[in-house]
Formats: sequence, C-alpha cells, structure tokens
Amino acid sequence: MSFPWAKQFQPTSEVGKWIDQRLPLPRFIFNALGPGYPTPKNLNAFYNFGVLAGVALVIQIITGVVLAMHFAADTRVAFDSVEHIMRDVNGGWMIRYMHAVGASFFFGVVYIHIFRGLYYGSYKPPREVLWMLGLVIFLLMMATAFMGYVLVWGQMSFWGAQVITGLFSAIPLVGPTIQTWLLGGFSPDNATLNRFFSLHYLLPFVTFGVIILHVWALHIPGSNNPTGIEVKTESDTIPFHPYYTAKDFVGLGIYLILFSAFVFFMPNALGEADNYIPANPLSTPAHIVPEWYFWPFYAILRAFTADFLGVPAKLWGVLAMFASILLLFLLPWLDTSPVRSNNYRPLSRILFWVFVAVALALGVCGGAPAEEPYLRASQLLTAYYFAHFLIILPIVSKLEKTKPLPNSISEAVLAKYSKAGSGGSSGGAPLAQPAE
Amino acid sequence: MIRWGALAVGLLFVINALWGAIAPREDVTPDMAKALHKHPKHMEWVHNGPGNLGVLGTFDRAQLQRGFQVYKEVCSACHSINRVAFRDLADLGFTPAQIKTIAGEYEVPAIDSAGEPTTRKATAADKFPLVYANEAAARAAQNGANPPDLSLMTKARPNGTNYVYSLLTGYSDDVPKGWTKPDTLYYNPYFHSINIAMPPPLAADGQVTYADGSPATVDQYAKDVATFLTWTAEPKLENRKETGVAVILFLIVMTGLGYLTYRKVWADVKKA
Repeated sequence: MSFPWAKQFQPTSEVGKWIDQRLPLPRFIFNALGPGYPTPKNLNAFYNFGVLAGVALVIQIITGVVLAMHFAADTRVAFDSVEHIMRDVNGGWMIRYMHAVGASFFFGVVYIHIFRGLYYGSYKPPREVLWMLGLVIFLLMMATAFMGYVLVWGQMSFWGAQVITGLFSAIPLVGPTIQTWLLGGFSPDNATLNRFFSLHYLLPFVTFGVIILHVWALHIPGSNNPTGIEVKTESDTIPFHPYYTAKDFVGLGIYLILFSAFVFFMPNALGEADNYIPANPLSTPAHIVPEWYFWPFYAILRAFTADFLGVPAKLWGVLAMFASILLLFLLPWLDTSPVRSNNYRPLSRILFWVFVAVALALGVCGGAPAEEPYLRASQLLTAYYFAHFLIILPIVSKLEKTKPLPNSISEAVLAKYSKAGSGGSSGGAPLAQPAE
Repeated sequence: MIRWGALAVGLLFVINALWGAIAPREDVTPDMAKALHKHPKHMEWVHNGPGNLGVLGTFDRAQLQRGFQVYKEVCSACHSINRVAFRDLADLGFTPAQIKTIAGEYEVPAIDSAGEPTTRKATAADKFPLVYANEAAARAAQNGANPPDLSLMTKARPNGTNYVYSLLTGYSDDVPKGWTKPDTLYYNPYFHSINIAMPPPLAADGQVTYADGSPATVDQYAKDVATFLTWTAEPKLENRKETGVAVILFLIVMTGLGYLTYRKVWADVKKA
C-alpha cells in the first residue's frame, strides 16, 4: 500500500505514542487523508468531487438524524409532522431544506464524480474493484433517496412508491408476490412507510461503510490522474495534506455557496410541487415523475413499448433500467484500451462527449410527459446508451490509435506550463527548475 | 467472452428500442384541454425583492393583512387554512389583542365536562378550523367538489403564487368552440382540466372594502390573497432569505481566504 516515499507518521507527544501503540487511529487518518498519502500533483478540479460527495453524505446524515427526531412514520401524521418541522420546530425549515436540496446536490456531485472516472479511465486496472465499490455506493444512494422521498407521504411519494415497487411485479410468476412482500400490503400503506423509514435510516450507514472500502481500495494503487499514467517517482506526487486539503477546501467553499443559494433562495426549485399535496390513494397525479436525478433511468424504463421475443414490453423496460446501471460493473472489461485517459484517445474522447449529451437528453425525456416527441427520442437515445457501452466502446478500444503518452506526470505538467508560458502569459513561465 | 456476451445483450436492447422507435403507433387524438391550458402569468411580487429574483425582499405587512381580509371574507366560506395557527398572525403585524379577537370569531371542536362533543371559541394557540368536518361533508355541500385546504397551495402548484393570481383573474365566459363545459362548471384556462367547479370567487370590484385605501379591484384582491397564501405556505420566507444572505456572505469570505491559502501552499508546486 502506498509508495515507498510516503511520509511516515511520527507521534511527537507521549500521549500520541501511547495511543499509536494501542489503536493507531491518528496514523490511519494521517495515511488516508493526511501527509502520508502521496497524490499525483496534476489532479484538476474534477478530482475534488469525491471529497465533495463525502461531505454531501455527512450533511445528509446530520440533517437526517435531526429530522428523524421530529418526524413521525405513520401515514396519518407523516405529512403533518413534516409541516410541523417546517413551521414550528426551531430552524426546522432550514434542516429540512438542507436535507431535500442536499439529496439533489449529492447526486449532482456523484454524477460528476462518475463522469470524471469515465473520462480519465479510472475504472481500468488496477482500479476495477474501486470502480465497482463506487457503483455499489451509487445503487445504495438510489435506494436511500427513493425511500426518503416516500417518507414525506405527499402525492408523488405515494405514487412513486406505487410505480417503483410495481417494477418488480413485471417479473414473471413471482412478480406480484414480490411487490406485495416489498410493500407489506397490496398498495403503499403504513407498513410500507415504516419499513422505508427504518431502511432510510439504515442505508446511509451501510453506504458509509462501503465508502470506507472505496477509500481503502483507492489507496492501494493510489489516485488516478488526468494523464492516466502511473506515478513513477517521488517528483510525480505531492502529499495529500496540505496540498489537496487546501485545494479541496476551495472547491468545498464554492460547493457550499451553490448549495446555500438553493437552500435559502430556491429550496423547492429541484422538487415536484405535487409532493406538497398530502398522499391520496384515490387520486392519481396526471404526471408521475421521480426527482430529476432518476430521470435518465425513468426514460429508459418507459422507452420499451413493444412486446419483443415473447417478453412483455413492461418487463423489457424493467430489465433495461436495471441493465443500464449493472452494465457499468463490466466496464473495466468492455473497454480494453491500455490507455486510460481520454486526453490521449481521440475517438473515445468524442464518444465520451456524445455519451454525456445522450445521458442529458435522456434526462430531459425522463422528466417530460410520456408522449411524442419525447417517447420516440428516448427510444433512440436508449438504443444509443446500450450501443455505447456494449457495442461501440469494446470495438473502438480495440481499433483506436492512441496519442503518445508523456513519460511521466512531471513531464506532462512541465509541458503544460511551458506551453502556457510561450503562449504569452507571464505568470506561468517556468523557472526551468524541475523538482528534484 | 464478456465482450461477446455484452455484444449479444447490447444488440437485443438496441434492436428492441429501435423497433419501438420505428414501429407504427396509434394516432393520439390531440388533447384539447392541453391546447387550451395556459401557464400562469408572470407577475412582480413585493416579497421577491429587486428584479423579482427572490433573493431579497420582505412581505408588505399591509398587503398580507389585506390578503387575509380577502381570505376571511371570500375564500374562507369554502376553503380552510388548517396548517396556520392564529398565533402565526403575529407575522402579519397583528397585536396579541387583535389575534385574540380574530380567534374568538371561530369555533373549534371540544369536549364538554360531560364528555360530549361540543365547540368552544378558538384561542391564539389553535389552528384555523376546517370548514367541513370531512371530505364527504364537503362534497355533499359543494355539488360533488372538495375545496382543498389552502395552507400549502402556493407550494403545491408549479409557480404557485403566479398560479393563484392567474386562476383568480383567469375566468372567462368565452368558451372556445368545440370545448364542452357542463353548466355546473366554469371555464378557466389556468386550471389544469380547464373546467373548474369553483365559481369566480372575486366577481366584482368593490366586493371587499379595504380600510387602507388600496384600490378595491379584483386584480388587487387577487394579488393580495396570492401574497397571503404565499405566506401561509412559507411562513419562514423572510427568515430564510435573511439567513441565506448572511450564510453566503460568510461562505464567500471563507472561500476567498481558502483560495489565498491554496495559492500560497501551491506556490512551489506550480513551477516544477
């Protein structure tokens, strides 16, 4: 683990030594996020989003624990208890808006984190397990967010629970039984609300555990970097602290400013107005949609409208929606190019941006009503989504002629700065003194 | 092996989705309600502050009180605001004595000393009582319709404040050709299904008499009551925005200092 030149933890005080010999927790932190973790020195701002995701989770857990002190998981009073938090609990409006907006921001940050990994090939050997643990975290987040949304017991909570658990009813033979088992009844009711509350409280801590594994798996090979080439010498790295703690702090500040702008000035902009109507099992909303972060997957779910090979359309939609995420687990073996970073893969780089556009367009379709032109668009986009990962990428990664890689991270950094210097900017001019 | 399997699965999904895209589909009869439906008008609101941005700006207390007056004299005949307590009216600038008087005009359910259900005068601690005991009673009295509670209305509709204003001023007698409107319903293109059971509540100028000399017009009533319902849905709006300005100013300073620290820490790395 880690590089031979990593700084060693040396407790200075007697108390520090005493602790270090018994439970070396300070040493653990030192090696994980402190000066003991040598990090490539060329990480750009996109490498900030892992830390931001961690902060987002902590915000969710802290606000969530406080909300749970005032929330009542009973269908008769759940909605009222949320309004009680908004109106009568001191600062309750702020805690709740932080939690609701925080869920959206958590997903936003994680999506950027995932796309960063896709662009720089962070899923490639030796980081496959790191990548897969990240996907497990993503799946846990989706389950947690969905169940949390149901707790409010508004119209969209209720009908969302109906639709999502209804997905399981598409499974042949046992489907309806599974849906009944999940709901604890034939439709979402008190049993559903109670189990969702229990699991919504549990899963963030499971997520936290998987994050520890994720960080552990990160520290075995060390961080990837924008060149995608391995760290070779000490001059390629800098200690995580103080360099990346200082850099990540700036990113965190910018993140919190954006987050606060939403919490304090447009707290309901990212949510559905219908969820301020108490749940009513007798009145179906005209337009059932999940929160924005599920829209691309919702579009894939609805894209399958034809029975095919004797399998009903509904089951195809459900299979496709789950497959769209599960196929990412195979990505390290689908993309066989030895070059990680798309900076050196001209064809794959174009495909990456096409994929980003397709994913965003799927999101737009998923948020729109199920009608033309959105339906046909989401069918074409869904076809591309699967083609991208399962057909195009494996072929391109075999055929593509990649650009020459720099010899080392230091060389890449120097080349970048000398280019910036000759371009007329004075600030970046190198003093022609390579480190060490 | 993985790649051949992926190719097979990929082709299945791709062909299936493409087949769905090119397969002939039934003609959808155009939904006339959708064509007639109008999005809320965009209005400037005092509480949205400069530029209507929603960053600064506080409620106009006089406007809130006028809106409350419109609610009390018009809306409250059918609609409750059951999530609002009388004590909350202090936010509108009412004194405790005034609140006590207002609460005293309402009867709330109670139990008498013999254990029988009865009613008593409301106090400041009570919430505005329901208009109907339950949904069945409401529907029986309202020709089958159920007037919703208005406490959260401006948050329960997209663009809610504008929606309430538009709905109240959006009634029309000019029913377009080809649109069927039962006699018991009214035509209002701002309502999602166009035909609305609520008769035009603000029928004529002068319907409510304002004490402060504000124009006694339907347009003014609608603005005032939409503002009042914005407050009932988001009573902490002013507190929220005030806190937000302070929080963001703090974060800007913190981030600025963080940036200077970053520049200093990284000074020796950048060059090499």
